[in-house]
Amino acid sequence: MNAASAMPTGDLSRGNPAADRAVRIAVKNLNFYYGSFHGLKNVNLNFYDRKVTALIGPSGCGKSTLLRCFNRIYSLYPEQRAEGEILLDGRNVLDSNVDLNELRSRIGMVFQKPTPFPMSIYDNVAFGLRLYEKLPKAELDVRVEESLRKSALWDEVKDKLRQPGTGLSGGQQQRLCIARTVAQKPEVILFDEPTSALDPISTGRIEELMEQLRDEFTIVIVTHNMQQAARISQYTAFMYLGELVEFGQTDKIFMNPNERKTQDYITGRFG
Amino acid sequence: MPGHIVTSYDTDLEDLRRSISEMGGVAEKMTGEATLALARQDEALAQTVIIADKRLDTLQREIEEKAVLLIARRQPLAVDLRETISAIRVSGDLERIGDLAKNVAKRVTAIADQSPAQKIVLGVRHMSDLAEGQLKDVLDAYASRDTKAAHDVWERDGEIDALYNSLFRELLTYMMEDPRNISFCTHLLFCAKNVERIGDHTTNIAETIHYLATGEIFMGDRPKNDASNYATVTPGA
Repeated sequence: MNAASAMPTGDLSRGNPAADRAVRIAVKNLNFYYGSFHGLKNVNLNFYDRKVTALIGPSGCGKSTLLRCFNRIYSLYPEQRAEGEILLDGRNVLDSNVDLNELRSRIGMVFQKPTPFPMSIYDNVAFGLRLYEKLPKAELDVRVEESLRKSALWDEVKDKLRQPGTGLSGGQQQRLCIARTVAQKPEVILFDEPTSALDPISTGRIEELMEQLRDEFTIVIVTHNMQQAARISQYTAFMYLGELVEFGQTDKIFMNPNERKTQDYITGRFG
Repeated sequence: MPGHIVTSYDTDLEDLRRSISEMGGVAEKMTGEATLALARQDEALAQTVIIADKRLDTLQREIEEKAVLLIARRQPLAVDLRETISAIRVSGDLERIGDLAKNVAKRVTAIADQSPAQKIVLGVRHMSDLAEGQLKDVLDAYASRDTKAAHDVWERDGEIDALYNSLFRELLTYMMEDPRNISFCTHLLFCAKNVERIGDHTTNIAETIHYLATGEIFMGDRPKNDASNYATVTPGA
């Protein structure tokens, strides 16, 4: 008898991890080009509703490119183009007739470097609301407070809402940017290395915040910090040279990945 | 597997592996010598086993400290994390094996003047030969990450249990035959039980190798042939 087959084992992956999850964004056969450079190669991947998905991989692997496809922020640059499908609730966001302003209010984005507008804290958060929703002052106040509370910033800024957003610390500025995004009531929030410029305490606050935001939003985060990906995400995608190498439950990816390349990368063996 | 970009990480893991290997060598030697001392009534040899246990305790403490430091410094993931956790587990098992061998050695003095029946002593010795062989095989499997070899060790533990079971019955019979046998038989019974426990810790190590190599927790029911919990011997039967 073959001893290996006779030996029952516990399976950490417990079957198909995605079976019972609602898909919020489905990426199908996505290709991306920077001029003639093929940046994303036939990527197929699902993002699940109210889960955090981490995109990991070495610099230049295409993870930020993938993130930039979701809200078509790349279309600011004429030589960049995407082919394939990114279905948000069944609708392809790459279709030419998609209203980009509406798309970007449904898919918010937070960048590596905090990007507060040169205006007051209040106006930063109210900015998008004033553009797209004509709210009476009292209602606007409520939405601003609600957004700042959700971003765990309210207690720190409630007495200085009229002061410039640029006067806040780096970590506070980043939470202000999250508040500005949350105010739009998006469905998806994209984070592009949101804590790489922050100290450990501010990083901790943002990570704590993401756990809370997960109750309401679908979150996609690009991070170079393996431990951060392991801590805060439920799903992880490993990308390399524009291709998706492995996607799965985060626990599985960081304890026992299927692909050799994934293991070499997350354990710091990449040659 | 390619080395880490940070080469001192490889040195740390290599260091853990070397310490486990040294512990394994000491535990294996202690297992063999403890019952050899028993068979030969060699109190000096028994004493070297008792002294060797200190080295094992020191090594285990060192491995634990190194592993904890490695976790703090490197935050190991995937195979590196499993290797670190496995080192802690295996060193714990080897330390216990050392304790059990020491317990056998301690009894050599107790039964030295009682000239126990050689047949029974040889039974214990035979059990310990099996356990020592198993331990050697499992340590080789650990060094080479050989799950097949680890599975084989795991399967064979039943043989030690079966031997223990028959020794148990034999010892009960001796005790019933003549109450003067009770003293040495009890000591030998404890020795046999200790060797049987060494087999169990060896099986733990086999399971750890499975986890280390595959990333999956081992969930099998062990092949148990130890029926001594239910064994009775009726006088005169």
